[in-house]
Parts: sequence; C-alpha cells; structure tokens
Amino acid sequence: MNYVKRLTLLSMAAFGLTIFGSASAVNNMDGGPAVHQLNFQAPVTAIAADIYLLHNWMIGICLVIFLAVFGVMFYSILKHRKSLGHKSASFHESATVEIAWTVVPFVIVVLMALPATKTVVAMKDTSNADITIKATGMQWKWGYDYLKGDGEGIAYLSALSTPREQINGVAPKGENYLLEVDHPLVVPVNKKIRIVTTANDVIHAWGVPALGVKQDAIPGFVRDTWFKAEKVGTYRGNCYELCGKEHAFMPIVVNVVSEEDYAKWIVAQKSAMAAKSDDPNKTWTVAELSERGEKVYGANCVACHQANGKGVPGAFPALDGSQMVNGPQDGQVAILLNGKNAMPAWKGTLSDTEIAAVITYTRNNWSNKADDTIIQPAEVLAARK
Amino acid sequence: MSTTLDQAHGHADHAHDDHHPHGWRRWLYATNHKDIGTLYLWFSFTMLLTGGVLALGIRAELFKPGLQLFQPEFFNQLTTMHGLIMVFGAIMPAFVGFANWMIPLQIGASDMAFARMNNFSFWLLPPAAILLVSSFLVPGGATAAGWTLYAPLSTQMGIGMDMGIFAMHIMGASSIMGSINIVTTILNMRAPGMTLMKMPMFAWTWLITAYLLIAVMPVLAGAITMTLTDRHFGTSFFNAAGGGDPVMYQHIFWFFGHPEVYIMILPAFGIVSQIIPAFARKPLFGYASMVYATSSIAILSFIVWAHHMFATGMPVTSQLFFMYATMLIAVPTGVKVFNWIATMWQGSMTFESPMLWAIGFIFVFTMGGFTGLICAITPVDIQLQDTYYVVAHFHYVLVAGSLFALFAGFYYWAPKWTGFMYNETRGKIHFWASLITFNVTFFPMHFLGLAGMPRRYADYAAQFTDFNMIASIGAFGFGLSQVYFLFFVVLPSIRGGEKAAANPWDGAEGLEWTVPSPAPFHTFETPPMVK
Repeated sequence: MNYVKRLTLLSMAAFGLTIFGSASAVNNMDGGPAVHQLNFQAPVTAIAADIYLLHNWMIGICLVIFLAVFGVMFYSILKHRKSLGHKSASFHESATVEIAWTVVPFVIVVLMALPATKTVVAMKDTSNADITIKATGMQWKWGYDYLKGDGEGIAYLSALSTPREQINGVAPKGENYLLEVDHPLVVPVNKKIRIVTTANDVIHAWGVPALGVKQDAIPGFVRDTWFKAEKVGTYRGNCYELCGKEHAFMPIVVNVVSEEDYAKWIVAQKSAMAAKSDDPNKTWTVAELSERGEKVYGANCVACHQANGKGVPGAFPALDGSQMVNGPQDGQVAILLNGKNAMPAWKGTLSDTEIAAVITYTRNNWSNKADDTIIQPAEVLAARK
Repeated sequence: MSTTLDQAHGHADHAHDDHHPHGWRRWLYATNHKDIGTLYLWFSFTMLLTGGVLALGIRAELFKPGLQLFQPEFFNQLTTMHGLIMVFGAIMPAFVGFANWMIPLQIGASDMAFARMNNFSFWLLPPAAILLVSSFLVPGGATAAGWTLYAPLSTQMGIGMDMGIFAMHIMGASSIMGSINIVTTILNMRAPGMTLMKMPMFAWTWLITAYLLIAVMPVLAGAITMTLTDRHFGTSFFNAAGGGDPVMYQHIFWFFGHPEVYIMILPAFGIVSQIIPAFARKPLFGYASMVYATSSIAILSFIVWAHHMFATGMPVTSQLFFMYATMLIAVPTGVKVFNWIATMWQGSMTFESPMLWAIGFIFVFTMGGFTGLICAITPVDIQLQDTYYVVAHFHYVLVAGSLFALFAGFYYWAPKWTGFMYNETRGKIHFWASLITFNVTFFPMHFLGLAGMPRRYADYAAQFTDFNMIASIGAFGFGLSQVYFLFFVVLPSIRGGEKAAANPWDGAEGLEWTVPSPAPFHTFETPPMVK
C-alpha cells in the first residue's frame, strides 16, 4: 500500500507541477479529506473502523480473485494465439468444472457477507443512546434539535459558512472550503449519540465519513442512526442525497468535545438562545425591521432570489418589482408561511419576528415601494392561525 | 405463401436490393428489419454524442473547485439529462438496433414478426428524444432531479419535468413494443431445426432481456405517472403530508431500475459470447450453463432492488436480505466470466478489433463487478452510497460493459451490414484510446468516493482537485475517441474499403455468415435447415 501511495503521490506531483503548478497549495483538511486520499477517512468510531476493515477484507479477496482469473486469461492470451501456431482444442463442456465454479464463488460470497452481518446489526442498534439529536434537512441547511439527554432544548440552524466570493472564484479558497458551517453540531466524546433525521422539503442525507454514518432525511418520516466518537476533534460531512440547486452547499460539521467542554457549551448556548429570543409583542420601526430582515434574507433567501432581488429567470421569481411584494401583505405572508412550488414553507424555521423582518426588508429594498411598508410580528402570528 | 413470394421475386433473384423504396420513404415507412436496425443504431449513436456533450459539460465544470461555467441548477440539469439520455436514448436503443439487424439473421427468419409495429417502435423514439432534449429550453430548464427522479424533489421542477416524464412514457412504450416483437420473432420464427438450445447466445440473451423489459417498463411508467399526478392533480402518492411516502417512489423506481441495469448488460453478454468463440476458433465453453446463468441473473434481478436504498433506513432484516441476495448475483456473473476464459483457454486466438473490445469488456467489466460486490456489503455501502465510488462503479459496468460490447459487436458485424471491412488499424486505435481514456476518467473516481466526495455536486472541496482534473482530462480524451470512431471508422467503412466476404472471420459460425456481405435487403425468404 505504501509503495502504491508513494508512487501515486510522485506521479501526481510530477503531473501537478508540469501542468497546473498551483495544485500543491492545498493541504489536508482537518477532519475532512486529505489531498490525494486513496482510502476511507481515518475512522473515529467502532462502526467506521469495522467498515474500514470490511472494505480491506473485500479488497483483499477481490484482488486475489482478480489476479487468479486474469492471470489465467492473460496467460492464455499470451500462449494460445494463432500467431504462435497454437492449434485450438475442441473441448466445450464439463459439468464438473461448471459445478466447481458455481460452488466455490458461492462459498466465497458467503465468506464476504458473514463478517458484514455483525456490523449491519450493530449499525441499526440505536437503543440506549445518551443524547438524541434531531437533524432536519432543509433546502439548503441543517437544523439541529437536542431532544433528549444533556443539552435538551438546544436548537439551532447550521449552514455553509464559506463566502460566496470563494465559490465564485473572486476570493481565494479557504482551507476548509465547502466543508465549514456557521454553527457546527457539538457532541461529547465517548457518548452514544442517536441522530434522528427528518426533512422539511425534499429528501436529504446526513453523512459524516469519519463517523461511519449516513442516513437519509425524509420529509414526513423519521429515521435514525447513531455514532459514538472516540476521539475529540472536528469531523466533516455532506448532504449525500440530491436535494436541488444548492445540494453541494449544505455541509455538516460535527465538533466532538470533552465532557467538560460540552457542559460549558450547553451553558453558553442556552444563555445565547435566551438573549436572542425576541419579545413577540414589541412594535418595531421600519428601519429596525429592515436591518434585521437583511440578515434573514442573506441567510435564507439569497440563494434563489439573489442579492439584487432579481431571482433567476424561469426558475426563481424576482422580488424586485414583484406584484406580490408590492401588493397587499396577506399574499406575501401566506407564501412565506406555507410555501408554494419550489418556495419552502418557512413557518417551521423562521420566527414571527424574522418573517416580519424579511417581508419589511423586501418591501423597502431595491426599487420596491409598497403601500404597506411594514408588518409587525404580531400580524404574522395572527396569520399563522 | 411461398408461391406468392417466388412469383414476386422470380424475375429479380440476382438483385433483391432493387425492391426497396428509395429516398425518405425507405426510412419513414421502413418495415425491413435491417433498415430499422440501421435507424436504431444511428439514433442511439446521435444520443450517445448528445449525452456525451452533457457529460463533458459536467467534467468541464468539475475540472477545478468553484463555480466556473455553470450555475448549480444547470449543473443538476446536466447530470440528470446525461443519465436519462444515455440510458434511454443511447444504450437501450443501440441494443434494440443490434437485435433488429442480427436476430432474424441469426435464427434464419426473413424479418421481425411485426414489421409495422417495428417501424412504429422506432419512430416513437425521435419525438421522445426531441421532447427530452428541448426541455432544456423551457422556463426552469430541463428536469434536475437526477435520472432517478426521486420524489419529492421531482415535484418541485418546472415543465421540463413533465416533458421528461412524457418522453420516458414514449420511450417505454417503444421498448415494450420492441420487446414483444423480439420475443415473438425468437419463439415463432426460428429456422427449422434450430431448437432453443441451439440458438446463438445473442438471441438467447435478448430473449431474456425482452422479458425483463416487458416486466419492468410498465413499473417505471406507473412510478412516473404517479409523479405526474402528484405534480398536477393533487394526489399524494409520494407526499407524506397527504398520506403518501417518498420512499415508496424509490421502491417502485428501483424495482424497475435494477432489472434495467441487467437489460443494459445481458445483450452485451450475448455479443461477447458470440465474439470470443469466433476469435478463439473454439466453441463457446458451457453453452447450457451460459443460458442458465443469464436466466438466473434475470430472476435474481427482481429481488435485489433495495440495495440502492440502504441509506434510506430499512429494518435490519431487509438490509441483510438485500445484501445476501445482491451478493448471490456474483455467482452466475462469475460463471459467465469463467466460461469466457475457458473458451479462450487452449484456443487459437487472433486479436482483431472485435476480439480486443470483447477482452477489454471482460477485463474492465469484471472490475466493475468487483466494486459492485464491495457496494453490496451494506456497511461499506453506507459509506459509499451517493459518492463518486458509485459513479465509478456504474460507469465501469455501463461504459466498459455495455458500450464496449456494443463497439465489439459493431466491429464484428459491420462487415455484414456495409459489405466493407473497416480499417483494422483505426479500429485498434479506437480501442486503445477508449480503454486508456476510460480508465483515466473513471479509475480516480474510486479514490474520490472512498475519500467521501458526494456525487451530483457542482462544486467540491479543494482536496479533491487533482483526481477531478485527471478525470476531466480523461473524459475529453474519451469523447474525442468516439468522434474519431465516427469520422475515421464508421463513415469510411460505409463509403467503401476492402470488400467483405460472406464470412470475413476465420472462426465465426452462425447463419448470419451464410448470407452475402452486405446482407441483401431480403434474406432467408426460404428458411434454411439447421442440423
């Protein structure tokens, strides 16, 4: 393996230097893929380690069969050719041989599958979890709710934090390009974490290679999986089920921390949540709401409707100059709450204040001059009923 | 019947070809199996190039991390349409083209059983293809839900999705008609003396494939019709809020989808089983076991579908059942590979282009088989599901499998079609260029997948850059090799070249080699006797 690795690295380096020059600037990502990685990411759970071994075992068997079968084939190709004057034999049947090469592969296949059976059973055993966290896939970010165990009640959203400029190539790419989020999932080390997945809109998949976990998140249904990380660190994963336009831009980052750090994180998280919750009866001014709304827009709307409010013609409608945005409020409130076609329903993800803020923002931004320029959180609350 | 035929042809026995209509009528009103076969082959090659251009679009965008050429929504359209076009437009019709040309010649029939239905089943395809490809131009673009069209993502798409669904309905109808024709022809029109167990392997594999098609195309039609009514008529088959289940779509789709992959590989097995004995100058080893192996694969293909869905989360017993059932398929597939190698063993081999492609097929397809075994292990599959490893795996079996066998079949039978030998050197250049660039493209994808790079991503982490660059370079090389094939092999060999004998191959056997090259417009008007 080492030899192969070195050889590959060498040829890669030569290749990179001669043609692209710049390829060597990238370093291995902490908790993510390494440059020129040839195998699975280093496992940090018992399951991931099992998978790693199973794969090696499979590769080993396949390699032996490969060498045996193609050894015979290439020997035949070299020796049994007409140009060497080889005369063809006429045999074309043998029940013994046929039975042999049906039974032997059957045995090999069973030998391959048997060790996997134990791992399958272990992977599916989500009982007796220390902490249960719900991961909700939504276009295009993850929502985490700590349902049970330490940290119960904590809930937040986790979205890509790589700036758009890096994706569009106007800024140099950072070291964790596309595998970094604003609020990673935080879990304690050596605890059994049960992840319950579901989704708001379409099917997503919650997968982190180093943890040996991948589970589809299905709208309207719950599924579960689990992991018990044995090493403190940051581990990175992705959404693995095509979920629309920004599929490539909703990564997962899991921070595995020591138990003390986890306790501290809970305290900090709870106080931050308390500070952030808005007074639902507050009456806001247009300026206050617009300022807040700009942030909400940047985090949730900009991917489709674009920063200039022009949308994507044919796919995502423009908000700038839109009749919906400049017309009566009820229509816009209803669409935000309940969604329509590609527009997701936001009633589960955004608070009344956030919905009021983003509506107020769109009504006062770009060339929009709506009749009703402001909507208060209380009015959104009323529309929810 | 035979007297009428004799009268009609009595005065022109020396030039059968003069009887066919000329100009566009010959093709639009075609009822001759050879003309329809030619139409199918040209159609599928056009779609291969179309799908190939889309693939090169994907590879160009993935050459470097970041978004350079396309926005993600268009990128998703490219991946989706590449898949749909290659599966339904290129590979499947190409095999039907081979079936049309070769099955009547191989079994000594004068034509396909239902000549007019044959015409209809071909002429359904161009409108379907136009519907599919032109969906790029409608508001919202083509469907971007992946070729699997998973609900509920498929309910979010614009009108391009509906066009795609209709296109697949039409292509499905065409496939079913083609299959009915093939089954009827094979079961009823074999030359006297040709029992089923004397039939050439290509006809055998197509007979089994045709049954698979008839069984599963309606299942696909059902799945996409439900998608259509969910989209427009307020049903909730796949919408949990209305009592439906998005995962049910996947079950229905893969109940079609898994037999579908064997639909695309079994006729390839048939072609290779014809070519290996011809160039080893030795009869096919284990003919009967080949027939049984093919049937076993076909039957097993109905009980393994959920191995595409291990990550959806199913009960542990289902995971184990589908893992074991899937691994079982390796047994009959292995038997086929062993039989081919036993056919080569102690032969007197030469390595003209058809043989090179056939050996290339065995070698590279088997690698795809191994990665298939690895993916069948449920825990390993959980890591590999929806990564580039899967992309590598199915391109090893679909490109190096189906497509390579199609090329092998072209080089083997084209002298019979055109009456001219292709240029052997160019055939070899095409082979080596394709084999090398194919591996340059898809081998690095195994590493990308193992390292965790998800498929259907418009952009990726910078650590994956070099392997992606290599894959992109390989892909353009592979694309160019096929352009070379068109301009330097196919077109010249139609226009002229060395005249082909009735049987241009030393060791080739079968009724197709008893008629002149090119095969006259009408063949086997009086059925041959098979001993």
